[in-house]
Amino acid sequence: MKDTEGYVTADGRQIGGTLMEMRNITLRFGGVVAIQDISFDIREGEVRAIIGPNGAGKSSMLNVISGFYTPSEGEVWYQGTKRPPMKPFEVARQGVARTFQNIALFEGMTVLDNVMTGRLTHMNAGVVSQALWWGKARDEEMENREKVERVIDFLEIQNIRKTPVGRLPYGLKKRVELARALAAEPSLLLLDEPMAGMNVEEKEDMSRFILDVNDEFGTTICLIEHDMGVVMDLSDRVVVMDYGKKIGDGTPDEVRNNQNVIDAYLGVPH
Amino acid sequence: MAHMTMGAEGLRSVPALLARNASQFGSSAAYREKEYGIWQSRTWAETAKEVEALALGLLNLGVNEGDFIAIIGRNRPYLYWSMVAAQSVGAIPVPLYQDAVAEEMEYVLDHCGARFAIVNDQEQVDKVIEVQDRLHQFEHMIYLDPRGLRKYDHTRLHQFSHVQDQGRAAYDEFINELQARTAKLDYDSTCVMLYTSGTTGKPKGVVLSNRNIIETAKASSEFDHLKVDDEVLAYLPMAWVGDFIFSIGQAYWSGFCVNCPESPETMMTDLREIAPSYYFAPPRVFETQLTQIMIRMEDSGAFKKKTFDYFMAHARKVGPAILDGHEVSAFDRLKYKLGEVMVYGPLKNALGFSNVRVGYTAGEAIGPEIFDFYRSLGINLKQLYGQTEASVFITQQPDGEVRSDTVGVPSPGVEIRIAENGEVYYRSPGVFVEYYKNAESTADTKDAEGWVATGDAGFIEEATGHLRIIDRAKDVGAMADGAMFAPKYVENKLKFYPNILEAVVFGSGRDRCCAFINIDLTAVGNWAERNNIAYASYQELAGHQQVLDTIQAHIEEVNASIAQDEMLSGCQVHRFLVLHKELDADDGELTRTRKVRRKIIGEKFEDLVNALYDGSTSVYTETEVTYEDGRKGKIKATLEIRDAKVVPASPQRMAAE
Repeated sequence: MKDTEGYVTADGRQIGGTLMEMRNITLRFGGVVAIQDISFDIREGEVRAIIGPNGAGKSSMLNVISGFYTPSEGEVWYQGTKRPPMKPFEVARQGVARTFQNIALFEGMTVLDNVMTGRLTHMNAGVVSQALWWGKARDEEMENREKVERVIDFLEIQNIRKTPVGRLPYGLKKRVELARALAAEPSLLLLDEPMAGMNVEEKEDMSRFILDVNDEFGTTICLIEHDMGVVMDLSDRVVVMDYGKKIGDGTPDEVRNNQNVIDAYLGVPH
Repeated sequence: MAHMTMGAEGLRSVPALLARNASQFGSSAAYREKEYGIWQSRTWAETAKEVEALALGLLNLGVNEGDFIAIIGRNRPYLYWSMVAAQSVGAIPVPLYQDAVAEEMEYVLDHCGARFAIVNDQEQVDKVIEVQDRLHQFEHMIYLDPRGLRKYDHTRLHQFSHVQDQGRAAYDEFINELQARTAKLDYDSTCVMLYTSGTTGKPKGVVLSNRNIIETAKASSEFDHLKVDDEVLAYLPMAWVGDFIFSIGQAYWSGFCVNCPESPETMMTDLREIAPSYYFAPPRVFETQLTQIMIRMEDSGAFKKKTFDYFMAHARKVGPAILDGHEVSAFDRLKYKLGEVMVYGPLKNALGFSNVRVGYTAGEAIGPEIFDFYRSLGINLKQLYGQTEASVFITQQPDGEVRSDTVGVPSPGVEIRIAENGEVYYRSPGVFVEYYKNAESTADTKDAEGWVATGDAGFIEEATGHLRIIDRAKDVGAMADGAMFAPKYVENKLKFYPNILEAVVFGSGRDRCCAFINIDLTAVGNWAERNNIAYASYQELAGHQQVLDTIQAHIEEVNASIAQDEMLSGCQVHRFLVLHKELDADDGELTRTRKVRRKIIGEKFEDLVNALYDGSTSVYTETEVTYEDGRKGKIKATLEIRDAKVVPASPQRMAAE
């Protein structure tokens, strides 16, 4: 499976070549080793999951990918080139968008305005023009609003378009966060526990949307999730982490039968 | 109104009306749909082009004259075009209820032998695919929204826009055929076939001709002076005759604009943005709105609440009189004007009723308080009485003669007769052609002279000539002692309480009446919240002691009011229970238009009915429920049965009354 031409998934989708590659990543916070010498790749068009028990270093890994943490050792390769240390907004400009485990929306702003912020990386009109809402700024906003409306339609949140985010229930906030990430038209979408704290119906909806995003827009998705059932159904390939180390990597079936993974989840004396 | 004087000559089909509108009102809006956050309009000229492209595409797919084309989805311009395109090629559109489950669709698709279906999205595509192997005549399906459908087998599946593209590409090949087929349409060709929701038994296909639809549309448009610049919001099911008359019949006759909401959830926002001038809603919608207003006023500050109460009291006193043009003192008028600025205007604006010139409610009886509330705000809300077999209109209320307890005078062109047994009969140009493939039922309903039995019992008020409906004729029965039993009459009185969503009264052939009650979750839930009553489920709330107390109080009030009526005083409710589940069309307990299916409920909950009559104080029951995706589950409950006070049958008349 390590060929660069990609592969065909169980449900017949063609997965492309490598989009992002993590090479021997190690991340230390002082004496604590959060991630220890991990390598894996993310291919174009696939749904890639990172799973592991609490404290395994999953979120840290996502933060490395999104540029929030700079790895202590190792290299991140993106679209065929080695990525120098970058600020998160620079990574975002390269087409990597994310959602957060504990929702990071602007509570006082409407859904529409929140989703519009996802377009910021695509706007470059000057301050004066924006303040006067004239010329380039106006054209830009109209163009971006149109893109945002397509996302709103796609995620079926038209009815809450003008509702302040603070008034929404949790499940919908998660969906708005996804909308904002999608508005950026990312080539790689990072989802940090998209299903955490949801009821069964909300989980089903969210799974549907994740698959639809992947299917309709061809967006590559990398997600972290606790709910094993969801992960196994959604993803094409899974990386399993435990205590900052990679203990498994492969298709959901391969991972499910991996003795190291079973031990990590069921617990063996260390 | 130049086109009116032109007469109906040459305008004998909906496609002919479309051609007239395209030339006469070419640049005015015919359709608007909110999509991607913006109202996208289409003029009549553009509509004609779209319909033509689709019709050519249908010819390209091999649609024959006389074929049935099923149309399934929410109100969207594309689906309205589909109906007219189907007519243009000589086919017959059959709109279906979009929330019907697959088996219900199978029955209808099989009964009419539809060869084609035009549907909205993946949900509908899936349902049709599920049953299409059992439908031997079924061939092609066209869908609007491609989302999620990319991987489907497209040998018999087509995207709407592609069908139109192919139609445009094959213009030279098919245009003569299309024009020839459209020209052939006359007053006797079938305009549409609509399936009745069927309070009893299987749905029946009501065949309506161009004569039915166009004559009715013409008469009713003139009755209410509908014009090309009127606006309606199309949000009621496309399979329902009312929507067909309003959004196709009257819209094409008068040339007004049909607005389609963005999604069912945004209906209220869309209503406010469009502010229709002509509006229709079943009583349930008005009830829900009023409940919401009241809940929000309860939650508002003291000053606002006081202002609202003060001016609403005044509105109730003089509002209807002002609307009807009666004498009202100058001071009261001034105060009403002030109220308009302070309360009524903003309220109407929030509801989207600022521009309503004519509003109708029908389908069920509307509570007098609800009706008066809207009229007192200055909204010209009226009642009409109709059915699918009449192309809607049987009676309607003229401006200035509006009351909550009548359904109005016969609509233009309609004759009315009351039979010996009290059943209402009518005859009109709108009377349906036949029930499709059901000569027996046709003969039962319509006699040789064209009189149609409504199935409703009623009488004509001598003083005013207005029709009053008592109940479904077959539901009006006798109790064991021979007293008249009219369940709907009692149920309506009960349903006028915001806490009661639905009521089913039993008593035919019995010694006394008993009732099932469904609570209204919005109203009762809000009350519970206000009173710090915790509940985990609908079932728990429905069984709460205080809820039962409230319902009991409502029933006792209704009993007192029924006792006033000598004819019906036997219909007082002696015992009742509050159901543990909401009655639902998916479980077959209601029709798709949300009417109670009395017989089915009686059979399904036989154990509960028996418990009501055998004197027990509680009953354990298990009920099967169907989820939206068709899966089934069970709920178990122990229900408390309560006695309600009844008032002696012969009331003493107070001297003061």
